[in-house]
Amino acid sequence: MRIVLFAAVAISLLGFVPAKTQAAGEVVLEEQEWSFDGPFGRFDRQQLQRGFQVYREVCSSCHGLDYIAFRNLQEIGYSEDQTKVLASEYTIEECCDDQGDIFDRPAIPADYYPNPYPNAQFARASNNGALPPDLSLMTKARPGGPDYMYNLIIGYEEPPTEMAEEMMVGMYYNTVFEGNQIAMAQQLFDDLIEYSDGTPATSDQMARDVSAFLHWAAEPKLEVRKQTGVRVLLFTFIFTVLAYLLKRRIWADVEH
Amino acid sequence: MSTEKGWGMRAFDWFEERLPIVSFIDNSVGSKYPAPKNLNYFWNFGALAGLVLVIMIVTGILLAMSYTPHVDHAFQSVERIMRDVNSGWLLRYMHANGASFFFIVVYIHIFRGLYYGSYKSPREVLWWLGIIIMLLMMATAFMGYVLPWGQMSFWGATVITNLFSAVPLIGDKIVTLLWGGFSVDNATLNRFFALHYLLPFVLVGVVVLHIWALHIPGSNNPVGIDAAPQDKIPFHPYYTVKDMFGVGVFLLAYFTVVFWFPNIMGHTDNYIPANPLSTPAHIVPEWYFLPFYAILRSIDDKLTGVILMFGSILILFVLPWLDTSRVRSASFRPIYKVLFWVFLIDCVVLTWCGAQVAEGLPLILSRVGTFWYFFHFLVLLPVIGWIETPKPLPISISTPVVAKPAE
Amino acid sequence: MADAAENQTVPTEDESRRDFLLHATVATGAVGVAMSMWPLINSMNPAADTLALSSVEASLAGLEEGQAITISWRGKPVFVRYRTAAEIEGARSERWQDMPDPQSDEERVQNEKYLIVIGVCTHLGCIPLGQKTTETRGDYGGYFCPCHGSHYDLSARIRRGPAPTNLEVPEYTFLSETNIRIG
Repeated sequence: MRIVLFAAVAISLLGFVPAKTQAAGEVVLEEQEWSFDGPFGRFDRQQLQRGFQVYREVCSSCHGLDYIAFRNLQEIGYSEDQTKVLASEYTIEECCDDQGDIFDRPAIPADYYPNPYPNAQFARASNNGALPPDLSLMTKARPGGPDYMYNLIIGYEEPPTEMAEEMMVGMYYNTVFEGNQIAMAQQLFDDLIEYSDGTPATSDQMARDVSAFLHWAAEPKLEVRKQTGVRVLLFTFIFTVLAYLLKRRIWADVEH
Repeated sequence: MSTEKGWGMRAFDWFEERLPIVSFIDNSVGSKYPAPKNLNYFWNFGALAGLVLVIMIVTGILLAMSYTPHVDHAFQSVERIMRDVNSGWLLRYMHANGASFFFIVVYIHIFRGLYYGSYKSPREVLWWLGIIIMLLMMATAFMGYVLPWGQMSFWGATVITNLFSAVPLIGDKIVTLLWGGFSVDNATLNRFFALHYLLPFVLVGVVVLHIWALHIPGSNNPVGIDAAPQDKIPFHPYYTVKDMFGVGVFLLAYFTVVFWFPNIMGHTDNYIPANPLSTPAHIVPEWYFLPFYAILRSIDDKLTGVILMFGSILILFVLPWLDTSRVRSASFRPIYKVLFWVFLIDCVVLTWCGAQVAEGLPLILSRVGTFWYFFHFLVLLPVIGWIETPKPLPISISTPVVAKPAE
Repeated sequence: MADAAENQTVPTEDESRRDFLLHATVATGAVGVAMSMWPLINSMNPAADTLALSSVEASLAGLEEGQAITISWRGKPVFVRYRTAAEIEGARSERWQDMPDPQSDEERVQNEKYLIVIGVCTHLGCIPLGQKTTETRGDYGGYFCPCHGSHYDLSARIRRGPAPTNLEVPEYTFLSETNIRIG
């Protein structure tokens, strides 16, 4: 009995841990169903490709994707040749030729996605003082992850009357963003892009797809992680049962 | 059986005569170490802590092979581990969550000691070594958290190293020395990496001493009286098999977190590269430091807060003398038993407070919690020892076992 | 426990079940430890970003007859030399069967104009001289390793000195007339 109590307290101690992510005054996010949720979750390759298209055609003009190399796109279903062609559409500044000058060359699959800005100061100067953050880890860098992303992207509204006066110049009202004033204007509108797989490009669809894509970008090993986990846990479970039976057998002759 | 020995056995004897390492292990955690037969599952956590230490050292060494301790490359090198290094994501998640599980296991181990009076004579030095292990763990964990060079890494390092500026007169000098510069920077990151790699091996050394000190009086037990020889059983196979089962259960919990909730005990801000020009809205240490963080923030005076925070751990060194009761196990101490649970709840409350913004209710609670923490050790424990009437102690471990109806 | 000791003389059903359990548990544990070793060891193998650069493509368009360029490949220099007709003739006229590491020039080049070899001396890993016009090319007109005096000829074959074998020819393909992929 005492053990149960003890264990209950130990578990409740653990339970306290995530409490800190629920900081005061946080917005309730409308949770979405993602294909990668759950113990066996997997990425939907079609969705990731659509999401990549949204990133490429919309987000990438201001946001970098520093940790994704073109070769990584093979993981979301593009062929090696496709990534080669895709990469070659971008130029990389390389240092240096025999004269010591920086020169341009077409990107290769091993190159990383070029950042739209040469440096942070330039990025700020081009964006009214705001720095568009790199997106490659975004879903892991915000509480709520892909749900936050999705809600943020579609979270634009007219400011409520009591906030209308507080709104700063160049800022936009967003229901999800901390402080409700965000420097990024609403980006997604219905039929802004044309999906190559024919899916109707509603803003809701695009927001969902790009959030899924960014979650892949942040955690590309999610699938292999969960798959490995299932095998490891099954194995550990068998070991634990065996160890328990053996323990009972060995202790059978001890009065305790 | 014939007396003829095979060549394998003879070679073994030859070696054993020169370096009796197998007998040494057998004496330490094998069939030659007699342990009380009534140890419950809370006695599994020492072995579990040892297991986690091994996991941490193995994954840590491999991670160090791909990590770059430089402010310009640290964050990126961790991402490279997560994305490009074979099984790198597994190594890092095992290491990061291993730290949390190390503290879970060790905290349970400590509270077990508090409940059953394992710190009392003749185990004071064993207890001291345990506190030293905890301090080393804290230092190692703190410096390890700095290495990914995310926002929490940087600002956690800044805040915690600034604690030393509270030292009168030479505080600033100490902090500059710790940093190797005028702020947390590359020199700081480099030395933290060096120390983060070194301290676990110091830890291993203290663990050896801890086990040595354990073997002088032998293990305490839930009844808390000295175990008579007939109440002891060999550690191997009885407790080795029990530990194996414990390891299985532990791994189930650990792997569940590693494979499905690898970031649940981390902070999202640490996936943002360190930016010395912008402080996150809400700096929180890792969960295992939260009670101490709450104590630190409960006092408005900087120096007092720092003294109380360090005091809350250092006070454990004198615990064997603050507790004036001769009875070890709380099972026979009706008042202390209640106090133990209140103290545990106090620690949980402080943990919660440490995660909140220090104002309003959390601030009041952390003040009450801090007061109770020290009141418990400095006033209640000495007084209770005098006024409490313990329940009658059994003559031997077997007595209550036999008397108790089958459960 | 005394009872347990006595029981040992009579193998009961209990005993055999215990033995089975013991072996099964130990075996499972051992297999588990063994299987977890692989990802640990494998983490030391080349990572994905390293493997992605294990082959490089290069253009030889700017290279003129008689010139040489060095391409970095897998952390090693690859020497590419656009040989003149006289150099090709020189590499092919001598009797290769008597050389220390007998190999014909035809075996060592895909396009006779381009000599493509890994610029690492097969003796102890130094980088031989001879790529730049200002460098000595040794007694046989190819490359000369300054560390211990190995002389290579116009086909980068070892002719004199301690190096045991010819400079290694990397795996490469001509993607077009002047584009190659190494690796």
